[in-house]
Amino acid sequence: MKRYRLQLMVCAGTGCVSNHSVEIKDALDREIEKHKLQNEAEVVFTGCNGFCGAGPIVVVQPDGVFYQLLKTADIPHLVEEHLLKGRPVKKLMYSPPAEKIPIPKMSDIPFFSDQTLIALRNRGMIDPEQIDDYIARGGYKGLVKALTMMTPDEVLKEIKSSGLRGRGGGGFPTGVKWESCKHAHGDIKHVICNADEGDPGAFMDRSIIEGDPHAVIEGMIIGAYAIEKVHQGYIYVRMEYPLAIKRFQIAIKQAREYGLLGENILDAGFTFDIDIRRGAGAFVCGESTALMASVEGKPGEPRAKYIHTVERGLWERPTCLNNVETWANVPQIILKGAQWFSSIGTGDVSADPWGGSKGTKVFSLAGKVNNTGLVEVPMGIPLRDIVFKIGGGIRDGKKFKAVQTGGPSGGFIPESLLDLPVDYEELTKVGSMMGSGGMVVTDEDNCMVDMARYFLAFTQAESCGKCTPCREGTKQMLDILDRISVGEGTEEDLVTLEDLSNVIVESSLCALGGSAPNPVLTTLKYFREEYEAHVKDKKCPSHTCRKLNTYSIDEKICLKLGHGCHVCVKHCPDAAIIGERKQVHYIDPAKCSKCGVCYDVCNFKAVQVA
Amino acid sequence: MIKLKINAVPVSVEEGSTILEAAQFLGFPIPTLCHVEGLSPYGACRLCVVEVGEGARSKLVSSCTYPVEEGLRVRTASARVVRARKMILELMLGSCPQSKIIQDLASAYEVRQQRFKQEYETCILCGLCARMCTEQMMAHAIGFQGRGDHRTLGTPFNIKSEKCRLCGGCIYICPACQLRCTYTQPEKAICGGCANLSPPCLEKPNFDDMMCYMSPCVACEIKKD
Ligand SMILES: Cc1cc2nc3c(=O)[nH]c(=O)nc-3n(C[C@H](O)[C@H](O)[C@H](O)COP(=O)(O)O)c2cc1C
Ligand code: SF4
Ligand code: SF4
Ligand code: SF4
Ligand code: SF4
Ligand code: SF4
Ligand code: SF4
Ligand code: FES
Repeated sequence: MKRYRLQLMVCAGTGCVSNHSVEIKDALDREIEKHKLQNEAEVVFTGCNGFCGAGPIVVVQPDGVFYQLLKTADIPHLVEEHLLKGRPVKKLMYSPPAEKIPIPKMSDIPFFSDQTLIALRNRGMIDPEQIDDYIARGGYKGLVKALTMMTPDEVLKEIKSSGLRGRGGGGFPTGVKWESCKHAHGDIKHVICNADEGDPGAFMDRSIIEGDPHAVIEGMIIGAYAIEKVHQGYIYVRMEYPLAIKRFQIAIKQAREYGLLGENILDAGFTFDIDIRRGAGAFVCGESTALMASVEGKPGEPRAKYIHTVERGLWERPTCLNNVETWANVPQIILKGAQWFSSIGTGDVSADPWGGSKGTKVFSLAGKVNNTGLVEVPMGIPLRDIVFKIGGGIRDGKKFKAVQTGGPSGGFIPESLLDLPVDYEELTKVGSMMGSGGMVVTDEDNCMVDMARYFLAFTQAESCGKCTPCREGTKQMLDILDRISVGEGTEEDLVTLEDLSNVIVESSLCALGGSAPNPVLTTLKYFREEYEAHVKDKKCPSHTCRKLNTYSIDEKICLKLGHGCHVCVKHCPDAAIIGERKQVHYIDPAKCSKCGVCYDVCNFKAVQVA
Repeated sequence: MIKLKINAVPVSVEEGSTILEAAQFLGFPIPTLCHVEGLSPYGACRLCVVEVGEGARSKLVSSCTYPVEEGLRVRTASARVVRARKMILELMLGSCPQSKIIQDLASAYEVRQQRFKQEYETCILCGLCARMCTEQMMAHAIGFQGRGDHRTLGTPFNIKSEKCRLCGGCIYICPACQLRCTYTQPEKAICGGCANLSPPCLEKPNFDDMMCYMSPCVACEIKKD
């Protein structure tokens, strides 16, 4: 491999690409050629860096200088100053919102410095389409160690004592799952990687695959070796992830060429290969039994799981299904040892595999925080640190209201519980969950009734419709919430909503229905006063539910600042605004349908909402 | 044989039996809607839920699909079970109020209110007809389509099925259509009740709303026209 003095790592994650990082790379290549630096500096596309709000991102290695929000016009200056003259360009660096002092190094930026990388350890560091890049960073060392120095039982024992638990939602101890599959009767067994990732706004798994596909593949090979009698694995990727599919295809091909997949891997007498299956695109297809049905070509519908899929899964054969992130953790555990892994996190897993949460978890941080993007944090970190340190606090100096963890069926956690550590059991205890790692932060402007309604509408639409509580129940819940948000709710509705939610959770066939009411249950519990304001006073405290608002025009502002600009009149769909140009305007409450358009269009903030 | 306790009564049943079968053996009633002996278990209506396990680890499971386990403790009518069943029945009343079976069950469980938006569906999506058609009649003429709230039952593309043999099995088994053909009482046979249940196997515009979708009707032998 050729060595360069400098490597410019251009982020080619989906976020940066949509912000034109491809043009940035072209511009860099052009400028480097212009200054005849081709033999000194190399420009490389990497997977997602996670700091998507700052894209497009370029990191200059080996120093780790971090450039953000780049435009093609910045590139000539950047190349000339940094590459040619060795003077990093301050104005293209990141500075924290409060201090305004640029931070040159990626590792010093709080968004990155409070993270711990295991599953994402190669992010931004390698070209994901080059197996050599992966190998150069210690890739496939874990596999070599497993296959040449350890028996399958020893590999299993290592995973078991590491305390690794499923990152796809349930938090099931991975070693225990592997062991059950290993002990299940059957001569042909399978492993599957769940890359269906249907949560809206979540892109943890996509980023891992796009940035480091070999880590997942290596994990699967190790798993197949440990479970034994596994010669065929499947990766179930959702169709909406074409780049992830492509990266997997390339990675599998390269792994085969290197003898890491196929017959007699590493001459260890072990044969295993992987195929890709494209998901049908339904959220529920991520559920284990629905996923297996879908791989078999049947409709993706859950079935009762009382006979576990580790015993009877794909084609009735013992099958071990794990999430992308779970698989990506495996090589590092084998390489660095269970003890290293279990030193990170909470609790004690030496006796009870459910006794703690170990390692790290990747979250996609979204909503009202300053720094949104993908973060990998050690288990046990307080939620407060994720929101305020890594996330950089709430945008525009607003007040924090709640954080939802676990994706669309996660619960909302209020300020009073923000010191809660990230831990499977702790999150469940307060009515939320680890889930797959969605994290949405809300502030004082969000209406919690509206948030709950939004997420329930998602899960309701994704229900497969097989069982009564989920199909009929979520529909009725949504109907009640719709009524509450337009002022037609009653206090009895709140009781009904709670009773119905509890029954749906308890009696649904699969975990979709089993968790769908969480956003409603937690907001009812922690923000009941907001619901009461909606049903008793018929008011939405954050003015989000527009039908509960009253719109009026502040005469002084309208006249003095706006000079009766008349804009609102043109936009009002109900001709409810009365007034001549250059004169004071009024809203006729009898005609106003409370659409809120006047509030949005008045440039002078003359329209008041109460 | 597997030993377990249902409502504190010890029982031993063959491995592979379901809780429902064990409970029926002891005579404990468990309501079912999507389960019929002879058809594969489906676990969709959730009416047959029972409580298994102890204390904090206890949970509701559908007895028609849950295989018995050694030492399992089952409660078929605990407060939690009854609460869930009543709510499920209330939901069914909200969607399919004209089904006699649902009305009877609701009354047996003292469901005295229906707090939800009232709809008048003709199908509770129990899937019995599709399993009947596939597993007993070997016709594979009908099945589910669509997802969630848009789930419906019918032939592929809702056109007259070449595979359907007009056996009437689907209509016979349907719990939502209660006015089933009884050819001993021909006056009752002119029920129109099944117009309720969109005849899954026939092309929809093919029958008039009054009557039989089966011509000739294999069950009642009343010929149309
Ligand atoms: C409705 C529903 C959707 C799910 N979607 C996903 C998904 O997109 N990706 C995933 O890894 N697991 C998903 N799961 C969880 C899987 O059923 C399964 O528990 C998981 O893939 C097991 O892997 P793990 O033990 O490594 O977490 C979903 C579960 C449910 C109920
Ligand atoms: S809980 Fe919802 S998604 Fe799961 S089987 Fe029932 S209807 Fe389908
Ligand atoms: S848009 Fe605002 S300023 Fe203009 S007339 Fe309407 S209320 Fe007055
Ligand atoms: S809220 Fe809508 S309907 Fe009412 S005055 Fe404003 S624009 Fe017109
Ligand atoms: S009548 Fe047709 S659809 Fe109904 S069970 Fe018989 S073959 Fe199937
Ligand atoms: S038509 Fe009848 S038997 Fe078929 S699914 Fe609907 S309710 Fe069940
Ligand atoms: S098949 Fe015809 S006669 Fe028989 S129950 Fe249906 S409508 Fe009545
Ligand atoms: S009878 Fe068991 S779920 Fe319907």
